[in-house]
Amino acid sequence: MTPSPALFAPLLLASLAVFAWGCWRRLSLISLGQPEDRFDNIGVRFGEMFRYAFGQKRVLAKPFGINHALIFWSFLILLIANTEFILNGLFPHTIKLIRLPFELYVPLAFMIDIASLLALVAVMIAAVRRLISPPYPEARTPEAFFILGLIAILMLASFALNATELAAYMIKSNSDPASFLANARKMMPVSALVAGILPPLQLNAIHSTAWWAHALALCAFICYLPNSKHMHILTAIPNCFLHRLEKPNTQPREDFIPGNTFGIGRVDRYSWKDLLDSFSCTECGRCQNVCPASITGKPLNPRGVIHDIKVNLLENGAELKKSGTQQMPLIGDTGEGSISEESIWSCTTCGACMEACPVFIEQMPKIIQLRRHLVESDAQFPEELLNLFENMEGRSNPWGIAPTERTKWCSQINVKPFEKNTTEYLLYVGCAGSFDSRNKHVSVALAQLLDKAGVSWGILGKDEKCCGDSLRRLGNEYVFDRMARENVEMFIERGVKKVITQCPHCFSTLKNDYRQYGLELEVIHHSELLRNLIQDQRLVLATATNTTMGTTVFHDSCYLGRHNDVYDAPRAVIAAATGTVPVEMERTRNNAFCCGAGGGRMWMEEHGGERINLTRVTEALKQKPDTIGVACPYCMTMFEDGLKDVKADGVKVRDVAEVMAEALFLP
Amino acid sequence: MLIVVCIKQVPDTTQVQIDPVTNTLIRDGIPFIVNPYDTHALEEALRLKDRFGCRVAAISMGPPNAEGTLKKALSLGVDHAILLSDRVFGGADTLATSNVLAAAISKLDAEVEKVGLVLCGKQTIDGDTAQVGPGIASRLDYRQLTLVDKIINLDFSTQKIRVSRKLEGRHEIVEAPLPAMLTVVRELNRPRYPKVQMRLVAAETVVEVWNNKTLQLDEQKIGLKGSPTWVSKIFSPERDKGEILGDGSADPAGAARMLIEKLIAKDMLPL
Repeated sequence: MTPSPALFAPLLLASLAVFAWGCWRRLSLISLGQPEDRFDNIGVRFGEMFRYAFGQKRVLAKPFGINHALIFWSFLILLIANTEFILNGLFPHTIKLIRLPFELYVPLAFMIDIASLLALVAVMIAAVRRLISPPYPEARTPEAFFILGLIAILMLASFALNATELAAYMIKSNSDPASFLANARKMMPVSALVAGILPPLQLNAIHSTAWWAHALALCAFICYLPNSKHMHILTAIPNCFLHRLEKPNTQPREDFIPGNTFGIGRVDRYSWKDLLDSFSCTECGRCQNVCPASITGKPLNPRGVIHDIKVNLLENGAELKKSGTQQMPLIGDTGEGSISEESIWSCTTCGACMEACPVFIEQMPKIIQLRRHLVESDAQFPEELLNLFENMEGRSNPWGIAPTERTKWCSQINVKPFEKNTTEYLLYVGCAGSFDSRNKHVSVALAQLLDKAGVSWGILGKDEKCCGDSLRRLGNEYVFDRMARENVEMFIERGVKKVITQCPHCFSTLKNDYRQYGLELEVIHHSELLRNLIQDQRLVLATATNTTMGTTVFHDSCYLGRHNDVYDAPRAVIAAATGTVPVEMERTRNNAFCCGAGGGRMWMEEHGGERINLTRVTEALKQKPDTIGVACPYCMTMFEDGLKDVKADGVKVRDVAEVMAEALFLP
Repeated sequence: MLIVVCIKQVPDTTQVQIDPVTNTLIRDGIPFIVNPYDTHALEEALRLKDRFGCRVAAISMGPPNAEGTLKKALSLGVDHAILLSDRVFGGADTLATSNVLAAAISKLDAEVEKVGLVLCGKQTIDGDTAQVGPGIASRLDYRQLTLVDKIINLDFSTQKIRVSRKLEGRHEIVEAPLPAMLTVVRELNRPRYPKVQMRLVAAETVVEVWNNKTLQLDEQKIGLKGSPTWVSKIFSPERDKGEILGDGSADPAGAARMLIEKLIAKDMLPL
């Protein structure tokens, strides 16, 4: 069967119809989502798109990403070849690349030939990888092999096509095979190689078989694309363009007006971008491979959450459009398409999933929206949170300790209250620094350092209130909102402009969340301030540095590092204080593994699987440290507990302020 | 059937300190909360509402700012919230308080719906007398079932309630005809958390206020005049300074032995 426009045209049209229908079906579902502006800073967005989509920057962050990048870049080149193929199939002998000027055609043909080879090798490697060592066990799906097979067929067919055309030309022009093929190899190395081994008498049969194989595979690909996870080929590039330009380290405010819905319990309450996310996921599994919940055997799988949102949207879409009702619950234990409460509560909001996603899917904010629905609309949450919520609302701290005890940490030292227009920095001690017996030591160490450096600082004392971080991450936006407004009002009234925090959770909340309330504070984490004070020679280490720390390994707090990009300051403080650069763990900086306490998990029981803090403690102990350096009170607690559990008695945990204070004040 | 829950706004006693000079509670700046035991009474009423569809009324006697307590009850789902507030109710002891509350319950019984159950916390954390609940039962001639930790059965056909009472070291199963007054302990249930929608509605709801014009009580039986109890002094009990026995870290067994001997000598360790 030779190429025939009469057969190919209807086949192609039918495929394009299926393609259009698939795209329309999914994209029209996206329009069910709520409005959200993702078209600001267009210039920056194009830059991001080129860097991350075309440049494959995040894909390449993992060694195997090179394989994907090769397929992607090859595809871009092969778009030209396939356009030619289609046009040629519809209008034979009219549009051919070979009619281009020779100087243009030769490099183009060369690139296409090489790109086809690279794509073929890459899909074969991908298939072997999936067989031998898949990114996650469920990744061995028939769907994955089907698409890899299709790509392989396309490449093999195109080699056969080019080869037969070369051979035919060689015969027609009566050229000497050896010199013709030698020349051809400079232009199309692979196709020329194939041409050399083709049986001359069957060229026509091979050509038409290859042509139809290519045509059918291409049409199958076109049909399949928008109806599978491979739709990411269409959506990933816009998804990179549309990603949130600011770090997703905060959640949007809610309007507390009677009649509003709170949080998200139905898929069409997500924004259109959230829904687009679900169609941009190709289930590579990078998120689940960095998720502390997934890794330690909890029910949460960030990939699963995005997948369930997609399935739920596909399942409910038609009915939502028609009557605004859902058939399949978004939250529930009913299997695929529904997200279980257990998984929703397992998230530590560490942000590792978002950091790992090559196409900037925002998993964590979606989970918090589900929490909001559970807490605010259903009053449904793990029972240990009831006390936390009541304590926060009644006494403005997680433990429910009397606010009058907020200043007990400084009963032995001289601390001044913050005074309007006089004091430069407010030291926002935070609940842990005020009430937690271990973390009170950090507060004292920090206070002594600030005094030593001659910093003008003061505290709010008994008037200080909790920042509300845990409430917001746990979805109790209503109470968070009230606390945030009270705090913002107090900061404004007291004339607070610069704030020092020793807790990355206070830090991020005051810095990022309170901005939504119109408060632009200059918030500095104590590790940054200490680094600056050392740099400015306001904290001077006389001769000896702190050698009692021994080998120090530093653990990044998620809310300091990943969520706010502060990586170097705490390391610089430790380095200055100990005279040695701290040792790094296997997973470090933006790839650091959570201690397990963020997102309100600090106040919850950890059921099932391995404990997150033990996983991290074990990782830290691999570096044989004498000291584990932290810069967060939650991390402090998790490491102290974890070290006790693994009976690593010799290893101590120290906050960066303590490391510095011991270097300065201990003999 | 109407279930009436009596709730009280109390100072958050974990934050209360006693003025060493005047021997009175320092109440300045101390936040008010719903008496914790009352939250369990409220929860049980709401559970009965969920199960049987009974209506629930929350009543509270207190100053106008006690409205917040009733708003909290509204946000949890009660159908009626009534604040009993009048200057002449002020300064009441447990007797005068139970007179006012009983009168309000009678009025609800007569004008809204027949009252089947009155639920109170076992005591309040400020006064700690545990007398108001029983006082109400006496005034209304209801059966009183105190220290309830479980409602075993509520039978509308026979108009009977069977409960478990949590006593020291034992439980008592008691049955009584309705209407009955129950005081409840914390073990009864876990209070629910308000939904935001309900909070917003409660915030906009005006709490009904009944004063003595509404209740028409004899002024000799309410407020300060109706209170035979007089508080002469409040003080923090003196506590002897403790002593450190032995060396717990060097010789834990020896320290434990010394402690046991001490406790036996003081007859504090039942053998």
